[in-house]
This record gives sequence, structure tokens and C-alpha cells, in this order.
Amino acid sequence: MDAVFSNFDEYLKAFSLTIALFVVSGIGALVFGTILASFRVGPVPLLRGFASLYVTLVRNTPLLMIFVLFAIGGVRIGWNFKFVEDIEVFGWNASAFFVRSCIALTVYTSAFVCEALRSGVNSVDLGQAEAARAIGLPFMKVMTLVVLPQAFRAVIGPMTSVIVALIKNTSVAAAFGMAEATATMRIFTNNNADERLGIFLMFAIGYVVIVEVVAFSSYALERKMKVAR
Amino acid sequence: MRFTTTKAFVLCAGLGLALTACGEAGNSGGGDVDVDVAKDAASSFADGSRMKELAEDGKITIGVKFDQPGIGFKGATDDQPQGFDPEVGRILAASLGIESDKIVWKETISDNREPFLQAGEVDIVIASYSITDERRKVVGQAGPYYVTGQQLLVAKDSSISTLADVKGKEVCSVTGSTSLDNIKKEGAVPRGFDTYSECVDQVVDGAVDAMTTDGAILMGYAAEQPDALKVAVDPFSEERYGVGYSKDHPEMCQWIVDALKKSQDDGVWAKAFEATLGKSGVETPTPPSADACS
Amino acid sequence: MSAGVLFDAPGPRTKVRHRIYGVLALVALVALVGVVAKRLYDYGQFEYSLWEYFVTPDYLRVIFSALLDTLAMAVFAIVLAVVFGVLFGIGKLSDHVWVRWPCWLVVEFFRAVPVLLMMIFFFFWFSIGGGPLTPFWVVVVSLTLYNGSVLAEVVRAGINAVPRGQAEAAYAIGMRKTQVMTHVQLPQGVKMMLPALISQMVVALKDTSLGYYITAPGLTYAYKIISTEGRNHIPTAIVVTALYIAVNLLLTWLATVVQKKLVGEKKILDVPAAGAAGDASSGAKVG
Repeated sequence: MDAVFSNFDEYLKAFSLTIALFVVSGIGALVFGTILASFRVGPVPLLRGFASLYVTLVRNTPLLMIFVLFAIGGVRIGWNFKFVEDIEVFGWNASAFFVRSCIALTVYTSAFVCEALRSGVNSVDLGQAEAARAIGLPFMKVMTLVVLPQAFRAVIGPMTSVIVALIKNTSVAAAFGMAEATATMRIFTNNNADERLGIFLMFAIGYVVIVEVVAFSSYALERKMKVAR
Repeated sequence: MRFTTTKAFVLCAGLGLALTACGEAGNSGGGDVDVDVAKDAASSFADGSRMKELAEDGKITIGVKFDQPGIGFKGATDDQPQGFDPEVGRILAASLGIESDKIVWKETISDNREPFLQAGEVDIVIASYSITDERRKVVGQAGPYYVTGQQLLVAKDSSISTLADVKGKEVCSVTGSTSLDNIKKEGAVPRGFDTYSECVDQVVDGAVDAMTTDGAILMGYAAEQPDALKVAVDPFSEERYGVGYSKDHPEMCQWIVDALKKSQDDGVWAKAFEATLGKSGVETPTPPSADACS
Repeated sequence: MSAGVLFDAPGPRTKVRHRIYGVLALVALVALVGVVAKRLYDYGQFEYSLWEYFVTPDYLRVIFSALLDTLAMAVFAIVLAVVFGVLFGIGKLSDHVWVRWPCWLVVEFFRAVPVLLMMIFFFFWFSIGGGPLTPFWVVVVSLTLYNGSVLAEVVRAGINAVPRGQAEAAYAIGMRKTQVMTHVQLPQGVKMMLPALISQMVVALKDTSLGYYITAPGLTYAYKIISTEGRNHIPTAIVVTALYIAVNLLLTWLATVVQKKLVGEKKILDVPAAGAAGDASSGAKVG
């Protein structure tokens, strides 16, 4: 434990990178996953096919290989996203490594977000959509005004699973040049082999805290927003 | 368990089949250097010594790197590793009267060299293994047989020429290595990967500005892709490569030192260097003299 | 709810509009594939020399034995995880606080910790520290603890999904607690658990890939050694990824067939979310 406490700033820095990866990829995956889900239930057959193919392929691919394709393969063919390093947002500036990791996490997580949303859409009562159509709403309005708001509530549970998985999945970035919590644990363990149990527990607890905070706030949200059926 | 039996069967079948010629897979013979294998070596060692046991067994297990061209590299389908470290291993084995095809090569990574020696998984470790006081507390290290130092590997057209240039640049090395700590202290942004090879790809593909580790390892990579890469910056540390052995057999030290000395005197050491690290166009250095065994 | 409810049977104008959307989508997708393909071509990724490895018997053998390693790790992990899951799942339902509480703690802990973090820790502790485990078994143990904890939750939910009357009837004819569990609740609960078990199998198989970071064998290790040698990262990654997908689809299909034979239609279990697997909803259909 001493190793962690005497380098506590390193520990905090590592977890702040983990959280940054989680937040950025989480937002990306929610946006992209929602687009995919609307393709999947939408009227255009080609897009339905595309979304369903995407989900099938990505769900059955290990995240590590997706990282390989983006962080090593993409760089090999000149798509290295270096240009983002010149962009500043609120005085905060992302490295290309960070962006590549976020893209890999987003691509992977979107497929699960899409599935969670679809199960949410499927849980919305048929009559709701029928009623919405009966008053003459077009597809987009049926979705945005009636179906999706209810689906979102039904979706909080499955979506929490996806988000929690994403928190843990950020650890894979450790193998691709990101000094986040898992990579930092490896460095600590390397330098202080005699304290490995304490070091592991400290880092494990860090993840447990983040996961439980997310899980409990989602329970609270779910209780508040339960759809009366 | 069905899987393991099937697997054993597949592997046996695989070994039984003749090696098919392929584009450019490495040669599957022994080393590139002819070493005279000592005759009747067992009699020259003291009774009860580890060397006598090994010589009588006619088998030795050596831990080397598998993923560092020039130093120690074994392709997916090669039988034997190539590189300077395995050559040194063959020299030592030959002094015990062991032919190179009787050597059992084990892959070691930086993290498990000491544990392997302590647990007796390998008899000796020759794996770009720098001699340090900390390590000598837990294992024996004879040598050095080669001296190198931390340098940078950069793209051919890179502007990095001094150590000060790395400030604020992204530099790759293996997660948890001292090289990465050192470069972090110079103000570089450290990028940790799992293997040196991955770092080389990151440099070639322009994802990082440089990679850093011992010059000997970098030379091997530069030799592989001379059009894309070059070694930059004079060595800014001294790494003395030694042969690791278990503290349980202190008598091994003198044998290693003597065998190294002999190979340096009769030119085998130089031949081994030329056939491996020397391919990158580096001058063959004067062999270092080994530390006295305590 | 089926997608058909969300919009009317399209009229002529809408049909035209949908067709336009379809054409636009087609153009966009073809452009996307085209851009990627052209890029790969421009950077010489279709050179035969890079792909030659995958028609060379020696390298195919390397890949095949790596595939067997991956399967072996996944099978061991899943079998052990089922055992772990049943023990801890029942443990969480125990009437004794001193059993229930530690079980709950263990399950919560291993569900919230990243598998990779566990692997690195066990690797340093039990493997390279001169310990008893090879990296292969480090992967198996880590995956057992993680997937076992997820399955413990599945088992608990599965047993709870058995109608109460069943257990009450069993008690009424004089069965003991253990007998009620083993004769009545567990056999029926298992049927409910199967879909979740199937998706967990895919999760376990995918997670074996993380052994890459701790020198364990398997497909990702094959990727590492072949691409190091041939500098053909993209082709190797494509081949390895395709193998993973093929094996996972096959596994899902097989498991679904077996399940249909045993149980009939799927019932989806509602497993609480905290620390759930990298799978959106247990038992959701693939594709």
C-alpha cells in the first residue's frame, strides 16, 4: 500500500484518465448506438441490414482486436488522428492516442448500446405507437415523442450493464500506450513486487468505487422513472 | 480432456510433416556460427558441480528473448531462436559438450527472468539482461559479455538528434521498464506497450516520435528496416549484459566467464556479433572484460 | 414490439422517399467500403506477400493450435465458472447471514474489477513469481472468477424465477431445504439460465483474447508472433478477428440449438445490472 500512498498523485492521474476514457467513449457510444438502433427499427431495409450486420460482427469480436485494428491497423494506413492534437477544447487538448482509444471503445460499445435500446423499444406497449400513429404522427415523431422517451426508461437497466462494462473495458487501453489505471498498476507492481497484493487491492477498489457509483445512481434513476404498466 | 489430446495429435502431425518452403520464414537450423563443441566436457568439471550435471545430461535449458531481432528472435515457425544472445548460449553450451540442437530454448520476458532462475525453470538466462546490484542480490550474473546503453530509435527523417529534443515528444517503450521511467524524467510523454516490436511499428507508422531502450536492441530493429529507421542520440546510460544463473550454483560463474573469455580470444565472439547485431553495420566492438567472480 | 407497428404501410410518396433513403444509404455504405478498400490498397495491404502466411501450412498450423488454445481456455473457464456460479448463487440465497454476506461480497467484487487487472495481478503473483500457474491458467482462473460471479447472479435470478408454489409444495411433502434446492428449484432454474449462460460463453471466449497482455497462448498470441515476423498487422488482425467471429457465431448457434431441444422457447431473465458482463442484456438475440 505504501507504494500507492507515496505516489498518490500518480494513482489519481491514472484514474482520471480511466474516467476520461469512460466519459468520452460513453458519450460517443450513446450517440452512435442510438443512431444504429434507429436504423435497426427504421423503414429502410438496407440500413436495417447494415445495423444488424454491424451489431453481429462487433458483438462477436474481442475488444482487444478492435483496439488492434484502430490503434495499430488504422495508424498503419495513415489514419492516426494526429490532427486532434491541434484542437483545444476549454484549454483541454486530447492526444491522438486518447482519441484512438476512444474510437475503439466507442465502436465496440455502440453495438451493445444499440441492443439495449432495441430491447427497450421492444418493451414499449404496442398501443402507444399505434395511438401515436392514429393521430397522424410520422415515423420520426412517433419515435422521438412517444416511443423513445418510454424506451429510455425501460432501457436504464440494460444500459447500466453496458455502461459498467465500458468502465471496465477502458482497461484494455493499457496495452495500447495509455497510462490509465491498469497500466499504472502494472508499473507499480513492477517496481514494488513485494507489495503486489496491496497495490492490486488499491486499484481494484478504485474500479469498484467507480462501478458502484454508476450502478447505484442508475438504480436511483430507474426507481424515479419507472413506467407505470 | 479432449482438447489437449487433439492438440497433442495436431502438433505431432505438424512436427511429422516436412517443413514446407515459404516466402521468407527464418532458417530452421541451429545458429549461423560454427562453434566447436567440446569433446568429453564432463570430465573437465569438478564432481558435484552443476556444469558436470548438465554435461552428463547432454541438455541445457536457456532463457532468451523471442521478440527482439538481432538480440533474440524466434519466428512463429522457427525451431530455434536467432540473435546474439542465442549465439552466446550456443557458445556456452558447446563448452559443456552440448550440441545446439540439444538446447531447450525458453522464452523469457523482462518480468520473469529472476523468477525463472530461482525456480529452476531455466539453467541460464541470456536475454538482454543488464547487470545491476539489485538483481545480483537475488540471482547470479556473470559477465558482461556485451556493453550497450539506452538510446533512441527514430524515423529516418526525424529531427530528434539530442536527448533534449524529446521534451514533450511521445516516446514508446515497454510498460514498467526502466527505459520508460528514464525518458519520462527527460520530459517526454511515455507511451507504454507490451513489446518492443509494437513500439517499432508505432515509430514506423508515425504514431510516436521515438522509442527507447538499449542500443543493442534498437540496432537490431534499425538493421531490419534501414530505409525507415535510424538509431539516434549517444548512449545516455550504461547497460552491461550478463548471463544470469541461479544463486544455488555459484560455481557456474567461473565457467561462464572462462567460456566467454575463450570465445573472445578465438574470434567466435566476434563472428557471433557480425552474424547478428553486426548486420546493422555497426563496428564490432572490443569485447568487454568480465567482472571477477566473487 | 415489432418494427412494423412504428410506421404505416407506406403510401406511394413515402415509398419513393424510402427508396431515396435506401439509395442514399447504399451510396454512403459503398463509399465507406470503397474509401477503406482504396486506403488499404494505397498502403499496400493487399500485397500477396503479406497474406502468403495464411496459405502456408506451417503458419496455418500455428493459427490452428492457437485456436485450440483459445477454445481450451474458454471451455475450462466456462465449466469452472458454472460450478463457481452455482455455489455462490445458492450461497447468496442462503438463510445464514455468515454464508450470504461473504458470497455477496465476493460476487460484487469480482464483477466490478476489470478482467485484465485481475489477469495482471495473478500473473505477477502466481505465475512469474515462481508460482504454480502458467499464463494459460492465469487466464482461466481470472475468467472463472469474473464469469462465475456474473453467473452467480444469473443462478440466483433463475432460482428466484421458479414459482414459489413449487418450493412450498416440496416443503409440504416433507423435503429438507437442501433437497428442495437440488430436486426442485435448481433443475427448473437451470432452464431459465441457459440463454444467459450462452451469452456468457461468448463473453468468456472473447475475454481469452486479453491473455495477449500476459504472454498467454491463444489467437491473440498467434496474431502477435505472426505480425511481428511478417509486419503484416492488418491482414493478421483481419484473419484472427474473422476466426473469433466465426467461432462465436458457431458457438451461439450450437448453444441455441441445444437449448431449443432442452427447453423450447427462450425466457429472458432479468439480471440486475451492477457489474454485469460486456453483454447488453442476457439472452438477447445475436444479430
